[in-house]
Amino acid sequence: MQKEINADQNYQKTLIETGWVCFEEATAETYKHLGFKSGLEIHQQLQTREKLFCHCPTGIYQDFDDYDAEIVRHMRPTLSELGEYDGTALMEFKTRKEVIYRIKNRTACTYEVDDTPPFPLNRQALEIAIEISLLLKQYIVGEVHITRKQYLDGSIPTGFQRTAIIGIEGAIPLKNKPIRLIQLSLEEDSCREVSDIGHRRIYTTDRLGMPLIEMVTYPEMLTPAEVAEAAHYLRFLARSTGKVRTGIGAAREDVNVSITGGTRIEIKGVSHIREIPLLVHVEAFRQKALLTMREKLVAVISDPKSWQTRSCILDLDVKAVAYPFPESSQKLVAVLLPKFKGILSHFTQPGKDFSSELSDRLKVISCLEKPNLIHSEMANVEEFDHLAKLIKSRLKAEPGDAWICFAGPDEDIPTAIETIQERCQLAFEGVPRETRKSLADGNTLFERVLPGADRMYPDTDSAPIPVPEEDIEQIRNSLPVDLPFRLAQLKEWQVPQDCWTYLLRNNLMPVAEQIVNDFEVEPLFVCTLLAQNIKGRMRLKKKPFPFSKLVDIFAFLKDNNIKWELIKEMIPIIIDNPKIDFQSILNLLSWKKEISSDLFSAVPYFTKSVLKDCRIDCKTSAISWVMGKLRPRALGNVDMQEIFNAIEKQITTQEKKND
Amino acid sequence: MTESIQGYKGKALEVIKKFHVRVWSDALIKSTRGEFQGIILPRSENDDQFHIVLKLATGYNVGIDVHTITEMTEIGYKEAHYKIPEKEFPFTPGLPKVKLLGTGGTIASRLDYRTGAVIPAFSPGELYGAVPELAQICNLDTEKVFAVFSENMGPMQYKKLAVAIGEEIEKGIKGIIIGHGTDTLHHTAAALTFMCQNLPIPVILVGSQRSSDRPSSDAALNLMHAATAAGHGDIAEVMICMFGPTSDEYALLHRGTRVRKMHSSYRSTFRTIGDIPLATVTRQGVQAIRNDYNPRRNDHQVKILPYFHDKVSIVYYYPNMQPDIIDSLVDNGYKGIVIAGTGLGHVNKLIYPAIRRAAAAGVAIYMTVQTLWGFVHMFVYDTGRDLMAMGIVPAENMLPEVAFIKLSWALGQTSDLEEIKKIMLTPISGEITKGEPYNGYLIYQGGIPEVEEFIRKVHK
Ligand SMILES: [Zn+2]
Repeated sequence: MQKEINADQNYQKTLIETGWVCFEEATAETYKHLGFKSGLEIHQQLQTREKLFCHCPTGIYQDFDDYDAEIVRHMRPTLSELGEYDGTALMEFKTRKEVIYRIKNRTACTYEVDDTPPFPLNRQALEIAIEISLLLKQYIVGEVHITRKQYLDGSIPTGFQRTAIIGIEGAIPLKNKPIRLIQLSLEEDSCREVSDIGHRRIYTTDRLGMPLIEMVTYPEMLTPAEVAEAAHYLRFLARSTGKVRTGIGAAREDVNVSITGGTRIEIKGVSHIREIPLLVHVEAFRQKALLTMREKLVAVISDPKSWQTRSCILDLDVKAVAYPFPESSQKLVAVLLPKFKGILSHFTQPGKDFSSELSDRLKVISCLEKPNLIHSEMANVEEFDHLAKLIKSRLKAEPGDAWICFAGPDEDIPTAIETIQERCQLAFEGVPRETRKSLADGNTLFERVLPGADRMYPDTDSAPIPVPEEDIEQIRNSLPVDLPFRLAQLKEWQVPQDCWTYLLRNNLMPVAEQIVNDFEVEPLFVCTLLAQNIKGRMRLKKKPFPFSKLVDIFAFLKDNNIKWELIKEMIPIIIDNPKIDFQSILNLLSWKKEISSDLFSAVPYFTKSVLKDCRIDCKTSAISWVMGKLRPRALGNVDMQEIFNAIEKQITTQEKKND
Repeated sequence: MTESIQGYKGKALEVIKKFHVRVWSDALIKSTRGEFQGIILPRSENDDQFHIVLKLATGYNVGIDVHTITEMTEIGYKEAHYKIPEKEFPFTPGLPKVKLLGTGGTIASRLDYRTGAVIPAFSPGELYGAVPELAQICNLDTEKVFAVFSENMGPMQYKKLAVAIGEEIEKGIKGIIIGHGTDTLHHTAAALTFMCQNLPIPVILVGSQRSSDRPSSDAALNLMHAATAAGHGDIAEVMICMFGPTSDEYALLHRGTRVRKMHSSYRSTFRTIGDIPLATVTRQGVQAIRNDYNPRRNDHQVKILPYFHDKVSIVYYYPNMQPDIIDSLVDNGYKGIVIAGTGLGHVNKLIYPAIRRAAAAGVAIYMTVQTLWGFVHMFVYDTGRDLMAMGIVPAENMLPEVAFIKLSWALGQTSDLEEIKKIMLTPISGEITKGEPYNGYLIYQGGIPEVEEFIRKVHK
């Protein structure tokens, strides 16, 4: 009897063979060794009133089950220029998905559902895109050509996204080096997915057609930290225009990663930049693992081209196996993977092995909901001893073979068998070209086969739009301040680094600068007020803080000859009552105007009483006790540092006297 | 005529010549806006003469303003040729033989990815390459009868098609599909209904509202529905087969004389007017909605009547229409006029003299209604009675376009006004009905609660 493989031990062993280094311990050297390269595609929605190709309103989202009508479509692959079907296209067609669109009259017209050709491109969106393109120092095109980019997942009812290049090349300066850009395009946003179960995928059309830009860099980032830095920079740059959308889903990142010997993998839809470093780290090692695995396979299997799975339908009731296969499963299918022993439990990502690559594809391509397979190298395989024996005898397994057992409805079985064959065959090549979905734990899931270059073609429904020199000049003349200047300004103002992100993300530098200039306030005070006081208070609020009001408050304080410190007391009240007038805030605070000499003359009275109190034994607590007594009266009336100094001085002299 | 090379003319052509580059060359262009590299593509004839179209390596197209160009260098040349892959259409014993007659409208096609030009798929092999499911429905053969755009279809083409249909039936075909652009599909359907009578097999006209170069196209499903109706359906009439709802669910079979294109861009644009459609079609088969149709037969007894007179016009009446509109038709030798009148079939007194003059000149004048739904009723008001006295014949509930086609067909056979009247008012295939069913007129108004509820539940 051959000895069964120990899945856990094999996973650990292959993890070590892969050379896995955990994220916290990885250094620039780790990535250099892998040949790590990464590029970014930053998607940023633009702040326009109407959608890009129709007059529906933007920024209105409805609940998934709130809709006025539904329509059903199917996507069909179209032939590529070589007369072949694109890999992704064919895969999507195999899945035979029924796509359902939910429509709300308020947010969608007949354009969204592909029953009307596009209206002329939204000019406002075009101007914002040119503005950002200019900030990136790009070459602006002479004429904008709307192009169709095919998507067969149904996320756009036409089956393609209308997109257009606005500028090419350009660069952004990172701390250590510049990163070049490939292009900036203006495009329509896709639908939001409601659900994707079995053969039915449901989308809502509210977001569909909203204008967004895509900024694409060359794959020049060589460490995860650089990827995050570039992502932040591009986001801050877009925000600096004040003309882009903010909030959940308004900015989304796709990251592509490759290592030496691997291939370009696109990780889609990352919603937080902070998630990027771990995601790209894990992906780099997933590629390394697949390459390590490949070496082993090639060593055992001399002729990969003729390698074939063997499969059979088991005459065993699905319910007879104690495994939670999907409800719709009709038959049990066994697939033998000759000479694949040790592969299914081979490490790929933390907590994942090669069997999950197969499981993911079975879900996406063959519509078999998870959990969808039992295999010879799962940790608890001995629980399926009876099944294992049956499969081995039916498929005449030999030592060194592996097997898989899945269940599904009749019509999905041929596709599923083909899917397993195809993915295993790809293991001989190394890393298959894929787009992958990001998960919160840093792992990724198979999403679809990476589309080929043949999916771009001109939009015959739209005429080219010339971009004359005058238009560019006009936009150039009102560009926001360059981002590198802002970064230098923050440094000069000695604003702590942890405040930068908040200030730039919310485009607060123009406001801060105005307050500093108009009212001669300390820059550090303004910046920390924004990035510490207000940020802290706003953390749980849904609505944004009315930053533009800040200038008015400073003006009010100045007119009433009130010291700036009082503003920190006023902020919480404004947050709770955004419409309140400033005088009422003072009333709510029970704040009164006091003459500073009155306040200073009260200092000796309090210091005397504190020193008599035997519970306060040290100088610091004595000062803070007096400060606490005087603070409500002093705030806004005198400089707090001066009053502090006065108290300290008084206590010191009193102590000396007492000694 | 101004010189043009692959769509480039004027200033753009000058620049291309000046720097010795060619269309299809891989070029490096230096401009005051920066450097661009890509393949120089042909330009659409109607676009301006100040830009050069470049396909970048990423697949995107951009235009470069020729005024900004300082230098162009050819670094390669890659002319592309495209064709649809041909795969032999498999013969399946037991499946009906169906003929697809091509008119030039593209149902199945593929895009030239660089220029955006549409390459039609037409031969059985090409169609099989594009819509392999067809082989599970029928044994398909194709013939290109001619190649014109939908808007250029006319008498010549109607007659040629009618003759071709007769020949195919003679040869024993089980069903005919006619691929056609959608704009004038209903005119052709009416013409073929009158020209091909006593049909033993289905004749299905089909088009697409979204060209098949897009993944969401209705073309493939329309072809499958048409093949099912032509090969397996029991209704032997000239019919239009297009989407019922805008969703990919089922098609409707509309009688060729009662159907009209009712939306400029919807997939479900064809509607039966003043009646209900004949049937629904899915890939599973044809489900008749009514049973008063002409059923399929095994004989080859078809009557082909390829006649058409091309001096017939439609006049769409509007308030304050002047008599010279009618006069000019008469003066130009028109023999038939179909008026689309207001309401029950009315025009203003202002044009009475012109109508009298036309009638006196022997012009056949027929009244239809702009409302599309409903009958002409000229006895209700004095106006109507006056008009009839002058010689205008009410055309019952014939649709204006159908009356136009039928009058042209009738005038093609005789110039005897009485004979024409007999032909016009004797229904051949439902162009005039005895009455209108209660559910023949349905235009729901969105916004009303019960309609909104219907739309929410049913895929419109
Ligand atoms: Zn819209």
